[in-house]
Amino acid sequence: MNAMNHSEFRQDIAPGETLLAVDNVTLRFGGVKAITDVSFDIRKGEVRAIIGPNGAGKTSMLNVINGFYHPQEGRITYRGQTRSKMRPHVAASQGIARTFQNVALFKGMTTLDNIMVGRTLKMRTPFFWHLFRHGPAMREEIEHRKFVEEIIDFLEIEHIRKVPVGKLPYGLQKRVELGRALAMQPELLLLDEPMAGMNLEEKEDMCRFILDTKEQYGTTIALIEHDMGVVMDLSDRVVVLEYGQKIADGTPDEVKKNQKVIDAYLGVAH
Amino acid sequence: MDLLFKVFIDPFLQMGAMPDLLVQTLWEGLVSGVLYALIALGFVLIFKASGVFNFAQGIMVVFAGLTLVGLHEKGVPAWLAVLLTLGVMLALAVAVERVVLRPLVNQPDIILFMATFGLTYVLIGIGEFIFGGEPKQMITEELGLPRGAIDVAMLGGRVTFQKIDIAAAVIASIMIAALAVFFQYTRIGRALRAVADSHKAALSVGISLNQIWAIVWFAAGIVALITGIMWGARSDVSFALQTIALKALPVLILGGFTSIPGAIVGGLIIGIGEKLAEFYWGPLVGGGIENWIAYVIALGFLMVRPQGLFGDKIIERI
Repeated sequence: MNAMNHSEFRQDIAPGETLLAVDNVTLRFGGVKAITDVSFDIRKGEVRAIIGPNGAGKTSMLNVINGFYHPQEGRITYRGQTRSKMRPHVAASQGIARTFQNVALFKGMTTLDNIMVGRTLKMRTPFFWHLFRHGPAMREEIEHRKFVEEIIDFLEIEHIRKVPVGKLPYGLQKRVELGRALAMQPELLLLDEPMAGMNLEEKEDMCRFILDTKEQYGTTIALIEHDMGVVMDLSDRVVVLEYGQKIADGTPDEVKKNQKVIDAYLGVAH
Repeated sequence: MDLLFKVFIDPFLQMGAMPDLLVQTLWEGLVSGVLYALIALGFVLIFKASGVFNFAQGIMVVFAGLTLVGLHEKGVPAWLAVLLTLGVMLALAVAVERVVLRPLVNQPDIILFMATFGLTYVLIGIGEFIFGGEPKQMITEELGLPRGAIDVAMLGGRVTFQKIDIAAAVIASIMIAALAVFFQYTRIGRALRAVADSHKAALSVGISLNQIWAIVWFAAGIVALITGIMWGARSDVSFALQTIALKALPVLILGGFTSIPGAIVGGLIIGIGEKLAEFYWGPLVGGGIENWIAYVIALGFLMVRPQGLFGDKIIERI
């Protein structure tokens, strides 16, 4: 598993230090405020959950972090670098990978090709060689292919390597999408409801893959999830959003006891 | 009865009676089919990557041809002129991406389609302004393309192969094969297919849409130049040439807008189909079938297989 070593693009951020900080971010669509003045941080090596009722602004938050949305106010600091506006492919090149709430795969392509696309940014040989599939381009292709096979092993999807992903059941598609994100060797992995629509067994598998990713590759993970059992088991710290505002932030135990959180989830008598 | 005989039986009897003429007709159909396939490829490339039907593809063919001939008229050696024309097509691709596509990203497809209409007229204007409106002779000889014909005795007759046609078929086939390999097996090809499937997923793995679009338009520009040279060598280079782009439409309907093999097979079916129809069925209606039969074939196809021979099947969840 040496090839999976991340050291090549890791800067000197020690585990436990802040990897990404969101400061006073506000995001508006026209007159609608999706996120209002939210601040939190993600520390290196942790699993950070973002929870909240439907429409709380969780997915919007992920979209802000990887540059799909540009907040009107506030700052985001990633690896010590504060930025105002980020483009998604730049975020990707700096080590932020993600999956989507409604799986976004390349449906016409096989599992293998889908995950290979995740290696795009890591391929360096000049365009010229690719035309001939020779020399450096071929060596590079083989090297990346090896890496992709490791991921396929890791996610236990050998049997669907050559299947176009559009034909796969939903649970497996989610797994392929995780594989594509892992192929990017991300520093920070954003998972948008990785277990939505899964049965119990699939959920357990996915939990295991997430924990193994953290253990084996030291990837920092931010995830949105609705299954509270899963959230409490997986995460080191939890931030709770409601109507675009942060209402709690802390360890799973702290958050569970927080009265505002209980009200948000169970409703409160007025 | 007589009519039925003339439509359904007589043409086949003629084919059997004079096989050399049949071979000649098939050959001519094959050549134009390969060229149709090449034009259709230009459309497919751009449609796959950005979901835009590029109406300007036809004028790009004319523009590339005119630039090449125009440069040569100014005294630039032929091969240098080819390289410079490629440079112009690259500049055009980058400009289109920057000025037309980028500001219109996320707009409905119809808006982008209309933008390519606009682009068509801009290119016509620039082309006429710089090179004038008169038809020009393609610089066939200077590019080393062969002239003359080969007569082959076969099947009790003679079949004539124009050397320029042979060259056109070979070069177009190489071009098509190169593009197919490029998109199937290279890193950029993979990125392109990824963009075709899902913009947001492609962005999330670090593919730059802007870069891909510029590459695709440049590839379409190269295809346009080759088409311009080959088609221009068979007639001449004029603005009338852009209407051959309309011939690509039935090819695309037949092959499917998103399929490279579809463009090839569709091109061949249309090319061979219209030559056969013209030669054997044309006399029944006084000729001129060639101009519209392609659309009839395409219409028939639309009713049976709206997604085309190789197109992605459209499944909608309700």
